[in-house]
Amino acid sequence: MTDQTQHTAAGATTNRESRSTGGFLGLKGRDVTLMIVVLILTMAAPIILNPFPQGSSLAQFNAGYPDLMQRFVIFGILAIGFNILFGLTGYLSFGHAAFLGVGSYSTVWMFKLLNYNVLPGLVLAVIVAALFSLLIGYISLRRSGIYFSILTLAFAQMSFALAYSVLTPITNGETGLQVYTSDPQWLRAAGSPDMPHLFGITMRATETVRVGGWSFDFNFGYYFCAVVMVLAFYMAIRIFRSPFGMMLRAVKSNQQRMNYTGLNPRPYTLAAFVISGMYAGLAGGLMASMDPLAGAERMQWTASGEIVLMTILGGAGTLIGPVLGAGLIKYFENIFSKINDGVLHQWFAFMPDGIENALVTIVHPFVGKGWHLTLGLMFMLIVCFLPGGLVEGGKRIATVFRRDRKSGPVEQQAAQKRNAE
Amino acid sequence: MSKSHLTRRGLIKTGAATGAALATPTLFTGAAWAQEQGFANAPTGDTVTLGFNVPQTGPYADEGADELRAFELAVEHLNGEGDGGMLQTFSSDALQGNGINGKRVEYVTGDTQTKSDAARASARSMIEKDGAIMISGGSSSGVAVAVQGLCQDAGIIFMAGLTHSNDTTGKDRKANGFRHFFNAYQSAAAMGPVLERLYGTDRKAYHLTADYTWGWTTQESMQAATEAMGWETVNNVLTPLAATDFSSYITPVLQSGADVLFLNHYGGNMVNSLTNAVQFGLKEAQANGKQFEIVVPLYSELMARGAGQNIAGIPGSQNWDWKLENQLGERYKGTNAFVQSFGEKFGFPPSQAAHTCYVQTLLYADAVARAGSFNPCAVVEALEGFEFDGMGNGPTLYRAEDHQCFKDVVVTRGKENPENEFDLVEIVEVTPTEAVTYEPDHPMFAGGDLGECNPGA
Repeated sequence: MTDQTQHTAAGATTNRESRSTGGFLGLKGRDVTLMIVVLILTMAAPIILNPFPQGSSLAQFNAGYPDLMQRFVIFGILAIGFNILFGLTGYLSFGHAAFLGVGSYSTVWMFKLLNYNVLPGLVLAVIVAALFSLLIGYISLRRSGIYFSILTLAFAQMSFALAYSVLTPITNGETGLQVYTSDPQWLRAAGSPDMPHLFGITMRATETVRVGGWSFDFNFGYYFCAVVMVLAFYMAIRIFRSPFGMMLRAVKSNQQRMNYTGLNPRPYTLAAFVISGMYAGLAGGLMASMDPLAGAERMQWTASGEIVLMTILGGAGTLIGPVLGAGLIKYFENIFSKINDGVLHQWFAFMPDGIENALVTIVHPFVGKGWHLTLGLMFMLIVCFLPGGLVEGGKRIATVFRRDRKSGPVEQQAAQKRNAE
Repeated sequence: MSKSHLTRRGLIKTGAATGAALATPTLFTGAAWAQEQGFANAPTGDTVTLGFNVPQTGPYADEGADELRAFELAVEHLNGEGDGGMLQTFSSDALQGNGINGKRVEYVTGDTQTKSDAARASARSMIEKDGAIMISGGSSSGVAVAVQGLCQDAGIIFMAGLTHSNDTTGKDRKANGFRHFFNAYQSAAAMGPVLERLYGTDRKAYHLTADYTWGWTTQESMQAATEAMGWETVNNVLTPLAATDFSSYITPVLQSGADVLFLNHYGGNMVNSLTNAVQFGLKEAQANGKQFEIVVPLYSELMARGAGQNIAGIPGSQNWDWKLENQLGERYKGTNAFVQSFGEKFGFPPSQAAHTCYVQTLLYADAVARAGSFNPCAVVEALEGFEFDGMGNGPTLYRAEDHQCFKDVVVTRGKENPENEFDLVEIVEVTPTEAVTYEPDHPMFAGGDLGECNPGA
């Protein structure tokens, strides 16, 4: 065999050794910190996302209500999965929404046929998404670059059209697939809740805790999704740090060189494609579990584009970036779009009428219906000035602070490191 | 090489997180969304919040904008501001102009984007974040059905806005959902005799149908009504709701041997498809030795405004029209009161979408006032079988079996020579309630089950 494989094999053994000597669940160093940060952020989200007291004028910037928090983590899962494909191999899929939709439909069908327990639905969602992505991946991965993107886009639009009109007996078209009281639900036990639940605890169960003027919603559905996301995130770290992840990076950096060393990249890329498809299916299944309706719109190309935006906005190829990107976009979609002219007039009410109206006119195109415009501008700025996304922004800010204290050593260290390499 | 960062601080952090994670299950012992008074989102302060979920983007955006205006006006009147509008003519006098049950009415708005997913997300955020006690609005039956299902699960009252599909109060009816607007079956029942009088009994129809619940049921109803009087149906082509150009669907119509084209489209869809049809010369065409005709089963002034001259002579049906009381008299009282206060505030007459949303808001408020409680089950009880008048449609009944309103249906026609931009349709006739009444288990409405009212606690 070639030099290359021996090298990876050696890398793998050292990896394994270090795993046994130190670390936490096979994670090392900064990954442990990252994992803990993610854990804290997700578990305390209902508190962190509701920083303003209820009834205050800033309360509308609160994002700590169950629906939005669930969306944060579900789209986080989706973006993590997408990043395994795009961030590692560089293959830009424009069709991931199709897997999301397939997952949703599978889960709702399980609700209709079996019962409202979410587990069978989620399992089926992941399996169906895996098969579906295997099929699409097998064909699309025969090409790379722009052709791959266009192929996936075509497949996704095809799925959308199928779900929207051709397969209406299965998908219920525009109206969306819902559970009716007349559905069989063969495994349904008497007295079990008639909404999605996990062994009797409904996804809607919420405990509202009031502390002073604040109100925090602890929702079971959210915590269920959050636990799934933490597991998904952990898996992603392991994939990123594994020899398999290294091979995917090799595909991204120079596929030709990989070919010349006698390695066939296709099994690796196909595996990455299927894994990320399964993540998307899981996210779709969770979406349907939180709200038992599956609409065809979630398969449309705009939805696929949104996933790409999330990943790039947050920082493609980084672990935490896509999750941050997903959160940012969902925050804009749900909070900024709610700011209407009435709210603006309230904000600027302290100013003289003329200036107030002028300010409202200026701000108006950027909020409410115009949230897309604000997001677009931000996306432009980030791509131009922070190509690494929010993560790069965070790093730069961190460097600024570090420089203040010990600017010398950082650069020296970097220089030493470069020399050593 | 392996340098672990497991510091004391890190350990404490992990410990705290694990503790929080372990403690969370114990927090979920409480009932869902329950509050002080045993139902979801019970208003606690001196205000009550209503949620108005309308399309602000997409093919029905014009209707959505008009619905928002109507909601704004309704809230104003409920709070005792303005001239009171229909509160003066409404047959029930439970509303005093002091809000609802003494609580001042506030409202939040959302964008349905004419998509079921987005509409449900928007409604959920109104319920969970803003504490809305009632959701109203919507301009698409797909959205109405989706949001109605959500409100049923959440224990919130849904007062449907513009939704015309049979399914809303048929197959998909829900105990917590109410519809004031008429439906496709009623349109067909009202239009049948008019079409027979206008175009005879020997016609061949070609349907272009918006591909979702509303389009399907409208097409089904129109086909049944026209075939009952001897018409033949040549073809039915489904078009995507998001389509903006219908030329490729219009081209085959003339070659198909049909001599009537049914456009089962609404809003922006209908404006575009009708414009395409007129551009292709269908209005002047001859087929089977007869003049080619176009029919639009569901009509509105807003669409007429969008389609301009093309609308002239084309028949359709409406839930309500702003000229009703002026032309047909006292029976439709309330119309002028509403048109006047709407016109004074916004400078033009309201559409039927605005009317139904305004009426629904008042009906909800009145039901709460009569029941003396915001509890959804009390509201359902107050609305079921409720007979009222003075809301512009003549005597109306909210039927208990399917939560559908029964009232007269207006058949209209595009004016040949409109005098101004708001007077684009003329009233052909008004079909009395009895002619458009059907059994709750009529085949086109069968398969539904209201279920139990859900107070959400």
